[in-house]
Amino acid sequence: MTELHQFIQNHGLALLGPQWWPLVWAFVWTLVKIILLITPVMIGVSYYTLAERKVIGAMQVRLGPNRAGFYGILQPFADAIKLFCKETLIPQGAKKAVFFLAPSLTLVPALLMWAVVPFSPELILADVNVALLYVLGVSSLGVYGILVSGWSSNSRYAFLGSMRSAGQMISYEVCMGFTLVPVIMLSGSLSLKDVVESQRDMWNIIPLLPMFVIYFISVVAETNRSPFDLPEAEAELVAGYFTDYSAMSFGLFFLGEYANMILVSFLGSLMFLGGWLPPIGLLSFIPGLIWLLLKAGFLMFVFLWIRATFPRYRYDQLMRLGWKVFLPISLVWIFLTGLGMHLFGKA
Amino acid sequence: MTEQREFQTYTVNFGPQHPAAHGVLRLLLDLDGEVVERADPHIGFLHRGTEKLLEHKTYLQGVPYFDRLDYMSMIAEEHSWVLAVERLLGITPPERAQYIRVIFAELTRMLNHLLFLAAHGLDVGAMTMFIYAFREREEIMDMYEAVSGARMHAAYFRPGGVGRDLPEGLAERIQGFTDSFPGKIDEYETLLTNNRIWKQRLVDIGVVSKAEALDMGFSGPMLRGSGVAWDLRKAEPYDAYDRVDFDIPVGKNGDCYDRYLVRVDELRQSNRIIQQCLQQMKPGPVRHEDFKISPPYRKDMKQDMESMIHHFKLFSEGFQVPAGEVYAATESPKGELGVYIISHGGNKPYRVKIRAAGFNHLQAVKRMAKGHMLADVTTLVGSVDIVFGEIDR
Repeated sequence: MTELHQFIQNHGLALLGPQWWPLVWAFVWTLVKIILLITPVMIGVSYYTLAERKVIGAMQVRLGPNRAGFYGILQPFADAIKLFCKETLIPQGAKKAVFFLAPSLTLVPALLMWAVVPFSPELILADVNVALLYVLGVSSLGVYGILVSGWSSNSRYAFLGSMRSAGQMISYEVCMGFTLVPVIMLSGSLSLKDVVESQRDMWNIIPLLPMFVIYFISVVAETNRSPFDLPEAEAELVAGYFTDYSAMSFGLFFLGEYANMILVSFLGSLMFLGGWLPPIGLLSFIPGLIWLLLKAGFLMFVFLWIRATFPRYRYDQLMRLGWKVFLPISLVWIFLTGLGMHLFGKA
Repeated sequence: MTEQREFQTYTVNFGPQHPAAHGVLRLLLDLDGEVVERADPHIGFLHRGTEKLLEHKTYLQGVPYFDRLDYMSMIAEEHSWVLAVERLLGITPPERAQYIRVIFAELTRMLNHLLFLAAHGLDVGAMTMFIYAFREREEIMDMYEAVSGARMHAAYFRPGGVGRDLPEGLAERIQGFTDSFPGKIDEYETLLTNNRIWKQRLVDIGVVSKAEALDMGFSGPMLRGSGVAWDLRKAEPYDAYDRVDFDIPVGKNGDCYDRYLVRVDELRQSNRIIQQCLQQMKPGPVRHEDFKISPPYRKDMKQDMESMIHHFKLFSEGFQVPAGEVYAATESPKGELGVYIISHGGNKPYRVKIRAAGFNHLQAVKRMAKGHMLADVTTLVGSVDIVFGEIDR
């Protein structure tokens, strides 16, 4: 490996000279790393859709997809081919440029956030020391895609859906932000790596259990998943903000949504469940990546479990829950965390 | 001033192509933000002229048209028609036929209420309910098929009885189903009845007071949900209903949640009725023995000239019905389904009027929806349990 690296470095230097080579190398190397990160994420997303259909199928006493490939294993590819081959329809009166910008506006932030997610102490694309802040900032960009899509479709259902979504995402963004404050207080750092390392003695879920619950409910709302799937409530708004989207522009919304779900599951396990740390020291022979995947996988399963179980909230009830229940509890818990840290001398 | 109002509200066309439109309901919704200012139901997208068609059909040929009225409670609709014709003819079906009719009317009630649960759950977002309810619907559909050969549009009831006796083993199968069904209802209830979100979405939505319900001509579970203990099966018992014991579940507040509870309890009561019928039922004929009205036995037809003639006359010309007027109503799963027949004698009715329960319930959507939010409209439409086949006829 080192020989290969040396070989590339030497030839690169010879080809481009010491002035340009480091720049090009940095660019190419980052690109390779990004591809290495995005590819598993996208494969994860496509298989998460299959897992969703299988899991919910099992909960609803039916089989789920089982035609494409053995045990339905090729279903995501079948779906992707179908979406690519379909005609992209543009509704009358839609603003074309904005209409096509919107799907990428939801997908890109969802992928951008993966840059700062550490999979193990070494395996991390960009070890930023304000990773949490970055995540909060980028995730709030996601709302633009939804707003813009609803607005540019020139349809009332889509518009209503995007209005609901904007309100919902912004309110739950606040809740989510406040649940992260005690985590930051306990770890004393905004870097996700430090956050995980600070949980070596005790996972954050133990002192911050209510925060974890609120975090999880908030991200369910933030990703517009059932029971908070009001923006796309099919019984009311047909499909909400992407009613008028078809083919791959429709598919991009889904990719964005599922990439977000996986991401918040990873973040949740990093911040509250100890990331790559094993639950007891005895089990540390299992690699950290496996632990992280297990924890995130569990949270991802809970997403689907909730969807199969609960009816949908109404818009005003959702808002009341966010502002009048979650926000006060988080504020109180921030205070209690501070008090606890003062009393037990952790700060 | 008026111009300003137009800007404040905007109109959304809810249906006829909408996932929660329950067929072809079209609601014009004037929305102020998410709050419904006015909900205007439109009808007529499924008008097939059933009443006019019946004037050109013999009484026996009329039966399948009733399957297609409320296509979610098929046999219950036939029940009104055959009762009306029987009253015109002045005949009563044999006892076994009465029990079979009650069994299948109640199975149909289950079929309908299960679909109500399924669709209502889906409207409110509990999609697992849909699949659960369809699991049991499938079994009842199989019973339909066993008895009539058709899964949905059975055409099983006949003036003077039923098409044929229960096939071998079906009674035991129904018995087995009724034994396990209460457990299944418990399963539905664990999923919904005490679920916080389900309650938040249903309690105090679309409240209809006792007086309002009576004024608007409600019947069936809609009326009982508002606290009026009116059930035609008790008030004017027909067939074997006077020989079975069951309760009328009654709501208290007249909101969507009460209507839901009433229907869930009716599922249990139907189960009770079927079990009693299966116990009381004795072997015997299942059609009226006057072969001018009901078809002769196939065994006789091979040897007996008269049976042959009866058969030919019955299935070409139909049977003669004396002149007169009659109104017969049954407690169909959605409410009072009435059939009014004017006969001038002969083999076809002169005029038929069908009173569909859903028509009266639909008009109430306008009143119930006002001031609620958009999401509540789907709850309401689900709770009213609309099927457009019977509303448009």
